[in-house]
Amino acid sequence: MKIGVFVCHCGSNIAGTVDVAGVAQAAKNFPEVAFATDLLYSCSEPGQEAIVQAVQEHDLDGVVVAACTPRMHEPTFRRAVERAGLNRYMFEMANIREHCSWVGKDKDANTRKASDLVLQAVEKLRFDRPLQAKSFDINKRVLVVGGGVAGIQAALDCADGGLEVVLLEKTSTIGGKMAKLDKTFPTVDCSSCILGPKMVDVSMHPNITLYAYAELESVEGYVGNFEVSVKKKATYVDWDKCTGCGLCMEKCPSKKAYDAFNEGIAPTRAINIPFPQAIPKRAVIDPTYCRQFIKGKCGVCAKVCPTEAIDYEMQDSFVQEKVGAVITATGYDLFDYRKYGEYGGGRYPDVITSMQYERLLNASGPTGGHIQRPSDGREPKKVVFIQCVGSRDKSVDRPYCSGFCCMYTAKQTILTKDHIPDSQSYVFYMDIRAPGKMYDEFTRRAMEEYGAQYIRGRVSQVYPYKDSLIVRGVDTLLGSQVEIEADLVVLAVGAEASRGASELAEKLRISYDAYGFYMESHPKLRPVETNTAGVYLAGACQGSKDIPASVGQGSAAAAKVLALFSKDQLESDPQVALVSQARCVGCGKCVQTCPFGAIQLAEDRAGNPKAEVIETVCQGCGLCTVTCPQSAIQLQHFTDNQILAEVNALCQQAMEESFES
Amino acid sequence: MSPELSYAYYPGCSGLSTSKDYEISTRAVCRALGIKLQEIPDWSCCGSTPAHTVDHVFSAALSARNLSLAEQMGSDTVITPCPSCLTNLKVAAHRMEQEPAFQQEVNRHLQEPCVNTVQVKSVLQALIQDLGPEAIAKQVEKPLSGLKIAPYYGCIMNRPPEVMDFDDPENPVAMDEILRGLGAEVLPYPLKVECCGASYGVARKDVVMQLSGKLLDLADSLGADAIATACPLCQMNLDLRQDQINAALKRSFRLPVFYYTQLMGLAFGLEEKDLLLNKLNVPAGPALAKMQQAAEAAAEQDAQTKEQ
Amino acid sequence: MDVLKLDSGYDAAFVEAVMNESGQDPFACYQCGNCTAGCPYTFVYDLPVHQIMRLLQAGHKGRILQSHSLWLCATCESCTTRCPNNIDVARIMDVLRHMAGREGMITEKQVKQFNDSFLDSVKKHGRVFEFGTLVKYIARSGRFWSDADLGPKVMRKGKIAPRPHDIKGKDEVARIFHSVLGDGKK
Repeated sequence: MKIGVFVCHCGSNIAGTVDVAGVAQAAKNFPEVAFATDLLYSCSEPGQEAIVQAVQEHDLDGVVVAACTPRMHEPTFRRAVERAGLNRYMFEMANIREHCSWVGKDKDANTRKASDLVLQAVEKLRFDRPLQAKSFDINKRVLVVGGGVAGIQAALDCADGGLEVVLLEKTSTIGGKMAKLDKTFPTVDCSSCILGPKMVDVSMHPNITLYAYAELESVEGYVGNFEVSVKKKATYVDWDKCTGCGLCMEKCPSKKAYDAFNEGIAPTRAINIPFPQAIPKRAVIDPTYCRQFIKGKCGVCAKVCPTEAIDYEMQDSFVQEKVGAVITATGYDLFDYRKYGEYGGGRYPDVITSMQYERLLNASGPTGGHIQRPSDGREPKKVVFIQCVGSRDKSVDRPYCSGFCCMYTAKQTILTKDHIPDSQSYVFYMDIRAPGKMYDEFTRRAMEEYGAQYIRGRVSQVYPYKDSLIVRGVDTLLGSQVEIEADLVVLAVGAEASRGASELAEKLRISYDAYGFYMESHPKLRPVETNTAGVYLAGACQGSKDIPASVGQGSAAAAKVLALFSKDQLESDPQVALVSQARCVGCGKCVQTCPFGAIQLAEDRAGNPKAEVIETVCQGCGLCTVTCPQSAIQLQHFTDNQILAEVNALCQQAMEESFES
Repeated sequence: MSPELSYAYYPGCSGLSTSKDYEISTRAVCRALGIKLQEIPDWSCCGSTPAHTVDHVFSAALSARNLSLAEQMGSDTVITPCPSCLTNLKVAAHRMEQEPAFQQEVNRHLQEPCVNTVQVKSVLQALIQDLGPEAIAKQVEKPLSGLKIAPYYGCIMNRPPEVMDFDDPENPVAMDEILRGLGAEVLPYPLKVECCGASYGVARKDVVMQLSGKLLDLADSLGADAIATACPLCQMNLDLRQDQINAALKRSFRLPVFYYTQLMGLAFGLEEKDLLLNKLNVPAGPALAKMQQAAEAAAEQDAQTKEQ
Repeated sequence: MDVLKLDSGYDAAFVEAVMNESGQDPFACYQCGNCTAGCPYTFVYDLPVHQIMRLLQAGHKGRILQSHSLWLCATCESCTTRCPNNIDVARIMDVLRHMAGREGMITEKQVKQFNDSFLDSVKKHGRVFEFGTLVKYIARSGRFWSDADLGPKVMRKGKIAPRPHDIKGKDEVARIFHSVLGDGKK
């Protein structure tokens, strides 16, 4: 075998603390190395050309590039060696930047370590074999989980691009958080006026199948060929018969049901349609409040329903769907305002969340769009907004900035003034975060045109005194404690990962961060992809974001799926587990261990049980290879021999030296 | 019947003097509930606020001497009625647990080293958590029906939560629960943990006038008949200094300020010698008479309804 | 107001000492002001707490140790309980007060006199003798009339014990004073 070694300067990133020419020189003495040199920027066009040329001139069989992390440029160099006529797996990368030049300042030590890393790569390369990717057919349907604005956008874009879409929504209507909003920043245009048409488009689109009041039960398979099970939760109303006339809701005698759509600011009926523009516009019974379920008798809705749609016996049901890709757009939840005992949320009725305030502002809300205090229905004149409730606060484990509260609060002060011209808004803030287009101008308008008083500082405590709420805070610019006798206090609650996000992530086998937000494949360059092929992200499930950003991601994820489905077949990664039929005893341990369900038990011709790897499902994690008691499974490109060769490269010399001494 | 509750008991210096009423009523109530208090023999002052403002090892050593004495008694839990003592004992124990070097340094100054095995609780915590509100309610003979009480906990019984580890630091409810069990009407008093001015009554009276004045004003605005407290210093500021506050703020508050243990004793039907209500500066009489009248009126109405 | 020299005026040794003695990181503070907002004593402070924290970040020992606020903080724990960055602000205030005391910068003499009278009593009897403490404080501060109205109330009701309760181990307690604080007061 003839191996070529290329040691990268990466400008001064590596050459600053590693003698790269020295490493190349040392590599010339490594086994089977026929050529070694250093390159200024190996990933640049001339750098890649130099590699191609060297392969051809020196008739090399394999290439080692000692440079940065393979996460970044392994695909680049694989393409380069392929251009040179080699199999792309006859290539190894030694990471002498992140693992070496960036972590130490001692140039001699770094140079020695870099040489060792190159030797390891060379030793591994000696056992590399050409591998061939396989092609497989794909199912060009896409599942979108979550019917908020990000999921709606993704579904519509995919559907318009000709794909069949299955859209899943866990509540009884799509629309998500945006459907609850009154107006949107920075244009102050009506939220339902711009979202409503999109919701209707979803319901009318021939390519979209909508399952509302449904959840993802399980996911099997792999990119191109997922099989998902959808749980359709019992609504106790036959939606094929229900016309959404609303008569049941009108007559329902159980009037104290929790109204999730109105954020609990007012009760609803036990059978209800959340709001007039709901899609689908269908009724659902909440059995925790329905008299038929609690007391075993009532039946009013069944009596009044003109289409006999009520079915108290209904059970959850399951539907199977086959799709080739999944977009998760599960959104976010709001921080629980009761966690700040000092603000009294949940104890004092006139301390409410920003989303509850949104419902008070909204003409379709429980007050018909009139701002009224929950305690006594009085119109508030002094409204205090407190920012960063559950944002930028380590003490409640929410150190991140939710990003949109500054903007929606500015909007709410403007709306407050519009609704009640003789009102005064006060906003306690730490910093104003308004980096979007026309955003900072918008917050300035709230102050300059609408007279909102912005106070730089936090609020320490809110407590009722006579008819008011005393808000005690600080104005750090004045260096003074300040107090306001407020009529209403609105807590600008931050975003947190939606409840159940981690369970869904585990079903989809995608990663999430410490707060439950889904991890993108690369924070800058792959923002809507996950590390699981075929699963994409859109909207706030990846991290708090506002409507424009969520819609942008919905479209981006759709574009990724459309690109994925632009081919009829996909190539599988050949770095997968391979079972030696001769050694396998069919114990099945690997089947149990595999986190991806990629191994199944089959029978050989003699009828003996044997493990069999489904190449397109295997992710190449290697768990089965260490589990197998017979060492019958080997991970291609990472065989035991290769790993041991690397270990020997590092240890043999040191061991021999220690025996000699 | 649950097994007998028994604790090492740390009364605190003010219990021998300005808060004798708290001390006597605490002991009487515990006796009535079958809780055994074993006073730590030859206990010494915890150092209160003055000690920790000078030096933390010093403050911890004064407290640790008492923890060490409790250990020598073979006790696993020490309880105290006074939040200031509680804080000092708990802070010392907490920091010795967190920082072994600190514990060594503290022990260098003690005759008998403190192993730090004793748990420290307030009497209130022992009552609500170890005995439970039902057992307390069972002892009630003369319910405090109609008595509107503002429950005031003081600033340090629950704060900081990492150290005190009891009840909600912003809205504690232990005393509310007990008082409700006594039949009283417990008002939603929002400044439960706001500072009353603490020990500045002597050196900076102006501070106490403002802070305690605010607390009285809030209780008054809620229509309280009385305030219940669990802290000797709070009680002194709100009760003994109420006339000074009235003069300073040009107000005319007449709110009796009870220790919650006195109210328990009242409801249990204990005698004056166990309650020492006569020690209160603002007399309890009018509030109790009002309660009595309300109870009689209710009884009369009850009787009439029955006749009909 | 003086111009603060942010470069040359930064006293690194002071900042380090505060960090060591308090076990707190003042640089975790982002100046939201919650400590000041909740502090019941702000109305008598010359420097609000958040500005003390800011001066600490700027390493300005002088302005901090000269402040009256240090001696008016009652350690009510509002700031510590509500700090979004989990800083034990009250402990920092305590440590700054220790430092001011050691350097003899006592801006609220009466507070210090009261504390000293209290501790003298503990040192002497093993437990604080409240009546004695008051007498000693009044003698020290010369404030005869401040609480004169309370005297009759307290006496008539027997609210205050007229005699100290000396404990057997009072010498042991006194030894703690000597052993930790030395013979001079900190």
